[in-house]
Formats: sequence, C-alpha cells, structure tokens
Amino acid sequence: MPAEAARLREPAPGPSGGRTVLDARDISRALTRIAHEILERNKGAEDLLLLGIPSRGVPLARRIAEKIADVEGFDVPVGSLDVTMYRDDLRMRPARALLPTEIPDGGLDGKVVVLVDDVLFSGRTIRAALDAMNDVGRPKTVRLAVLVDRGHRELPIRADFVGKNLPTSLVESVKVRLEEFDDVDAVTIRESAR
Amino acid sequence: MRYLLSGARVLGGEPSDISIEDGVITSVVPGAAGRAGGDPEVVDAAGLVALPGLVDLHTHLREPGREDAETVETGTSAAALGGFTAVHAMANTDPVADTAGVVEQVWRLGREAGHCDVFPVGAVTVGLQGERLAELGAMADSAARVRVFSDDGRCVDDAVLMRRALEYVKAFDGVVAQHAQEPRLTVGAQMNEGELSGRLGLRGWPAVAEEAVIARDCLLAAHVESRLHVCHVSTAGSVEIVRWAKAEGWNVTAEACPHHLLLTDELAATYDPVYKVNPPLRSANDVEALRQGLADGTIDVVATDHAPHPHEDKDCEWQSAAFGMLGLETALSVVQQTMVDTGLIDWAGVAERMSHVPARIGRLSDHGRPIAEGEPANLVLYDPSGSHVVDAMQTASLSRNTPYAGRELPGSVVATFLRGRPTVLDGKLA
Amino acid sequence: MRRHLLSAADLDRPEAELVLQTADELRSLADRPIKKLPALRGRTVVNLFFEDSTRTRISFEAAAKRLSADVINFAAKGSSLSKGESLKDTALTLEAMGADAVVIRHWASGAPHLLANSGWVRSSVVNAGDGTHEHPTQALLDAFTLWRHLGSLDGRRIAIVGDVLHSRVARSNALLLRTLGAEVTLVAPPTLLPVGVDGWGVETSYDVDAVLPKADAVMMLRVQRERMSLEGGGFFPSAREYSRRYGLDSRRMATLQDHTVVMHPGPMIRGMEITADVADSHRSVIVEQVTNGVAVRMAVLYLLLSGNDSGGQA
Ligand SMILES: [Zn+2]
Repeated sequence: MPAEAARLREPAPGPSGGRTVLDARDISRALTRIAHEILERNKGAEDLLLLGIPSRGVPLARRIAEKIADVEGFDVPVGSLDVTMYRDDLRMRPARALLPTEIPDGGLDGKVVVLVDDVLFSGRTIRAALDAMNDVGRPKTVRLAVLVDRGHRELPIRADFVGKNLPTSLVESVKVRLEEFDDVDAVTIRESAR
Repeated sequence: MRYLLSGARVLGGEPSDISIEDGVITSVVPGAAGRAGGDPEVVDAAGLVALPGLVDLHTHLREPGREDAETVETGTSAAALGGFTAVHAMANTDPVADTAGVVEQVWRLGREAGHCDVFPVGAVTVGLQGERLAELGAMADSAARVRVFSDDGRCVDDAVLMRRALEYVKAFDGVVAQHAQEPRLTVGAQMNEGELSGRLGLRGWPAVAEEAVIARDCLLAAHVESRLHVCHVSTAGSVEIVRWAKAEGWNVTAEACPHHLLLTDELAATYDPVYKVNPPLRSANDVEALRQGLADGTIDVVATDHAPHPHEDKDCEWQSAAFGMLGLETALSVVQQTMVDTGLIDWAGVAERMSHVPARIGRLSDHGRPIAEGEPANLVLYDPSGSHVVDAMQTASLSRNTPYAGRELPGSVVATFLRGRPTVLDGKLA
Repeated sequence: MRRHLLSAADLDRPEAELVLQTADELRSLADRPIKKLPALRGRTVVNLFFEDSTRTRISFEAAAKRLSADVINFAAKGSSLSKGESLKDTALTLEAMGADAVVIRHWASGAPHLLANSGWVRSSVVNAGDGTHEHPTQALLDAFTLWRHLGSLDGRRIAIVGDVLHSRVARSNALLLRTLGAEVTLVAPPTLLPVGVDGWGVETSYDVDAVLPKADAVMMLRVQRERMSLEGGGFFPSAREYSRRYGLDSRRMATLQDHTVVMHPGPMIRGMEITADVADSHRSVIVEQVTNGVAVRMAVLYLLLSGNDSGGQA
C-alpha cells in the first residue's frame, strides 16, 4: 500500500513564509480549549466521535482526542472523511487524488460527530463533508470544530468550536502547518501572489 | 500552334530555347535568346527544368465502375498537373479490363479527355480471378494496343498460370507486371510486419510475402525467357532479388512508388488510414534500400500507384479502410526530395526513370523520347526551387487521400505539353 | 491526468500509481451502505460496444453509476467481417447526445485512437479493448490486484502465458507492469509471440516450466481453439498438446512459490489453458479481479472526467 505521508506532503513554505499568527503554543492552547468546550457541550465523552477532514483536519482531530483522553481518561474514536468526490467544483479543477476515509468501527449511527478541519472559509468543504457523511451513516448530532475561522462564508454554515477567529482579506491566504506534515506547528497569513 | 520555351534547362543543363510546332520539337538552341513577340507564343522557362513528358506505368483511374473515386477525365487531369503525358491505367475496374472491349473504352475515354495519353493495362486473368488467362492477344491487337498485363491489386500466385502468362505475352512483345503478394502469408494483413505491427495490434504483412513471389517470378521469367515487370517493390530484400536477377542477365524490370521512397511504417501509429497502402509502408531501412536501388538502376522506374478512394472508404477504422493513396500530382516533388536533392540522381536520371524507361517497358513509341529536334513535343517544365505545403483539397483528383497533406514538398510543375499542346500552363490545367 | 485513456503506454508511473491509489480508496465503497458517490452527477458516460463483452460493459456501467453518472449503453452492429454501422456516424450521434465520456470496445485495433483524434467527438475516450491492440483498464485492474497482493511491483516477476499474439490484455499488461517496475516474461509457443516482441522491453520464453518457479504472479491468457485450424492460422497442433506444454495444472501449480498468485482476465476455457482445480484454488484471484475492475474503472472515469468540463483541458 502507498505511503500516505508521501502523498499528503505539500511543498514546504518558502523563505517568505508570511506573518505568523499562531505558533505552536497558541495552537496547543487553542486545541485544549476546543477539547474542553466539546466535553462541556456534550456533557462528557459519551457517544463522541471525531472525524477529521483530510489532510490537516485528521491530525487536529487526533490531537483533540488526546487532550480529551488527558482530561477524561477515555479514548474518543477518531476517523477521517474525504470529501473530494462531494466537492461542487470538481468540474472546474484538475482531478485530485482521493484521501483516505476511515470510519471507526461501530460507524456513525447515533453518534455525536465532531467534524474537524483546519480552516473554515467559504463553507463549501463542510457542505461537502455533510453530504459525504450522509452516505456513510446517520449521526445523532453533527458539530464543527476548526482551528481557524477566517470568515467570508458563502454558505449558511458556522463552527461550533473555533480555535481562533482571524479576520482576513480575500487577497490574503491562510496557511496551517502541522508537525505531522510540515515539521512545524504554525498558522501564517500572507498576501496571495496573484 | 507554335511555342517557344525560352531559357529552359533541358534535363537540368544549360538554358536553351525549345521551339515547338505541330506537335514536334523543331529546334533546341542553347543560350536563352528569348525572342519576344512575333508568331510563336513565348513561355518564359527561365530557371525551369525541361523533362520529357512523364510516363506512369501504374495508375488507377477507376473508370469504369468507381466513378465516385476517379474518372478518366479527373485522373488524367491530375496526371497532367503532375507532369505526365502518358499513364497506364490498371485493369482492376468494374468491369475488369480483361477484354478488347473494355480496354478500348478506357483508351477512347483517355483520348476524349485529352489531358494525357491513356494506355490501358490488360488483366492477366479473367476477372482478375487468377483462374484462366484473359484474351491477352485480343487486347494486344485492339485499338488500345495493350502491351502491359497485370492483375494488380491481386497477385497471379498460381505458378503455372504465371508461367503461361509470361510465355504467352512473348507473341506480341508484352510484359507481365506482377503485384507480388503471396496471398496465404497476407490474409487480413494491415501493415508492414515488424515490431510496430505487433505493438499496434495490426496484422503484419511480412516482407517475405513480397520477396518470395518476386524470386519465383524472376526464375519463371528466366526459364521461359520472357519479360517480367515487378510492380511497387517495397522491401530491401526485393531490391536484392531484382539485383540478382539482373546480374543473371534476365529480362526483369522493377518499379518503386514515391510513397515507398519517402514514408515509413511509423505513420501507421496514427491509425490514420490515409497511410494504409498495398504494399504497405515499410521501415526506414527499406526506404533507404529502395533509394539506393533506384539510384543504381536495380529499380528501373518510378511509378505512382495512384489509387484514389472516396472519403468514406478512408474515413473509418484502419482495418475497414481501403488500401491506396494518391500519387500523380506529387510524384515529381517526392522524387526531387528523395532522389535529386539527396544527390542520388540528377535530372537526366529522373528523365530516365520517369519517362524514357517506363515508355520503353510499355513499348510506347511517342513517349519517353529525348528533347531534341524532330521528336514528339511531349514535355514538362518543372520549377525545382521553392516548396509548397500539400493541401488535400487542392487536387484535380476526385479523391482526397493524399498521404502528403500538410507536408512540405519541394518544386512544382509549371507546364506540361502533350504533342505540342499545353495541358498545363502556369501550374493550372490549360 | 490526460483526457483519453487509449493505451497503457499513455500512463507514466505517477499517473498509473494515481489510478491505483484512487482505486484503493474507491474499493472501500463496496463495504458502505450507499455505494454511490456524486462525483460525476450530471455527466453522461456512453458504453459504445462494437463487440459483445457483457462482463466489461457491466463493469464500466457499475463504475459509472457508482459515480452518479448517467449511462447510455450502445451496442453497434457489425463485425470485422461485415462492416455494419460506421464508427463515424455513431460517433456523431453520441456527440449530439452530449456524451462526456465514451467507453469504446471495438473489433478493430486503433478504433478508440481514431475516435479520440478524428474530431468527431469532444468527449473523453476510454479504450475498453480494441482488436488485438490494447485493453488498458484490464491491465490497470490486473496491476491493482497484484499490488494489493504483492505490494510494490518493483522487481516483481510476472509471467504472462498464452496467446500473446492475439491478446490485447498481454500488450497492455506488458506496457503497464513494466511502467510500474515489474519484470514481465511473456511465455508462449513461438507461433503465438508477435514478430518484434524483443523490442517490447520484456523477456520471452517458450518454456513455461522454467519460468513458473521464479514468478511472483502468473497470468494465464485465453487460447481460442479456432487458432489450431489452417483457417485460423494453424498456430498450434492440438488442444491436448497446448495444455501439455503451456496449460496451468496442479502439477505446475505445485512448482510456484508460496506467495505466487494466479490470474486470468476471463473468460476462461477451463481445461485448455487452466485446469478447474487451479482456477478455483486459493492462489487464484480471478474473482477478486472482477471486484477490482469496478474500482479501477471508477478511478479512471473520475480522473479523466473531473476538471474536464465539456472537453476542456484536463
Ligand atoms: Zn499493386
């Protein structure tokens, strides 16, 4: 089977990595807070299931699960949900490689599923994720956790748990780098090269 | 009508003035005097090569029977535009040219069209069926005075029948022109057999299927002391066999087609049936051997195998498509590119291979003559400078199946004279 | 990925691996309650079959439907013997229907090539087997099956045994497996190896017994009985002699390494090139090949059609 890390790796940022808005400690703190909020909202870890959206949503989901385990002493199942086939811009963009979908044993039915992604932007990825989940099972509740909410929604979607609200301009781009892929934890902003 | 071809380079030599009157060359004077005005119409031939009118030993005019592909009128127009003053029309028409009646009809159509002389080829066997001899004598004695006999498109593969044909035509100095293709080795064959046919999944046409028949026919011709002409030699091995037969002193002549001098089987990889031809395009090695054979005289002549096909017979799967390609209008340019520009032969050599010798093989008296005082005024003025991109739509032929479409070829025919009368002037039908 | 899939040679190694990886993700779909993805919703896939092949057609049909494409099946009449419906007219009809992809099976080698390059249609063209030329999706599914069993194909030895001359499966597999790093040996009587096969970059052998013990996988090709007669080309003397010299029976199977798998692109002639006990043995992955066929064809359709709206650049 193919080495997953190899195909998920993206080019490392150049020297002009942009302005760092969250460093490793900020990210860790944000995830800790999200973990607490999830537990608070759910009144415990019962029936919880974290579903990361590849690629960077998956390690974020795992980290949140670890933090929950630290608090509750309970392992929340973590899975991944690829939304590529459900995107609404498939026709416009070159074909993308599919990323793994791994649904934890027991499925989604009746669970409280927390979708985890790195950046919430237009909302289209989450729309695709809701559709994708619909074909996999029927959770009791679906919530959304994101590390960064940069605004500019194009659909009526909002996150339940946000690491950091980051008002941005449309000409800026937000880049989330994580140890698991990029050997560093950081969120940076920079002007997109046009 | 009198013409003065001013400053023409006869066989590519020094400029001369060629005077023509009443269908005869009246003088060839070195140095371009360029007498302007006066009675003779002056054709400015400065820089043009004057060659004797070309003679094609192998043309498919399709009439009667496939007038949707070509007619004598359109085919001979294409011939004139290519610099030909005589063509031999192959017998695989419908009805087959296997009787005096049919060959006389074709001959007469040629005379009426008037673009070039048409000499019908008679079928060797009745209906090209390869079973019994057609009335070769009657065709020879007819108004068409047939001397070349061929079942072209099919091979006279029966050894006894081939022997009989070779023997029989001796009575009227005829020649059997063989389409050498061992039928059992080429059942369903689509292209040259080689690595490419294997990769493309197209059934291969082995060189041996051609060579084995040529070898046998050479031996038969020697045995019965008759005259054999080998059509469209396409392989290096065939060239070797003909070379051997000639070294033995046997009366064997051979032709090569322009497309086999230029194109290779690699083109089949396009699966474009415009490159499907019989015999098939061969390897670069074969192309080189053909050029050498043509240069050293092993191969006597260039013949076009002009084979028009209507669009629908080529606009389909390779396997379903007809064999054959157009050739009359591009022959001289292809020969220039492959033989003259490469330094293998000069223009006198072109005249030999495209006029004198084919006329001799066909036993034509008024064609393939030298450009000299008192000779019939059949000639072509050719501009070897410059080049043009072949446009399949710009052809006098009814069909469009030229393999050279989009390709750049050198030179162009400026004028063609048939018995002193221009059939082509300024590159257009006169 | 490019716009058409006409030959296994169209795929370089990264592209071929992308197809296999995509198929791997899609294969899990079979285990889901809803076996359908919306990726090709609103797109039309035409199965254009000039030659009967129910199994290939069904496989493509299932693949297209699982991606939510609309599927039109078009069985054209005619054969290599009787000309029948013209490819051109059929193609123009499909173009008028607005097909996004045409999956074509044809008795003539090169027909998919012609369809893709003629300008008759703007659709993507997928070769589903043409004459004795190629069958690239079969090769992809074979490679996928091998990859699942053997892992990386680098340096793996694959023996392809049987009528290589007439086999489009052998051609495509020889090309693709080589691209993926495998060492391919074609095994056949000399009459059933194509002229010029030495130029394919594969090994050849006339001796199946010498090849089998070293092979990591053995792919058996169908051998048609008609090839024996003089009419059919007289390629070998008898079915019995063929089976004895090239057939895979339990005695030969015993010489295989423990991990070696046995494949067959089907339809099989049990008793001729493969005995029933071999075909049904634990080494045989023949049934799995069918399952994998759907996933691979989904991957191909997805990769060809996404980002390729009405004939745009891929
Ligand atoms: Zn011929």
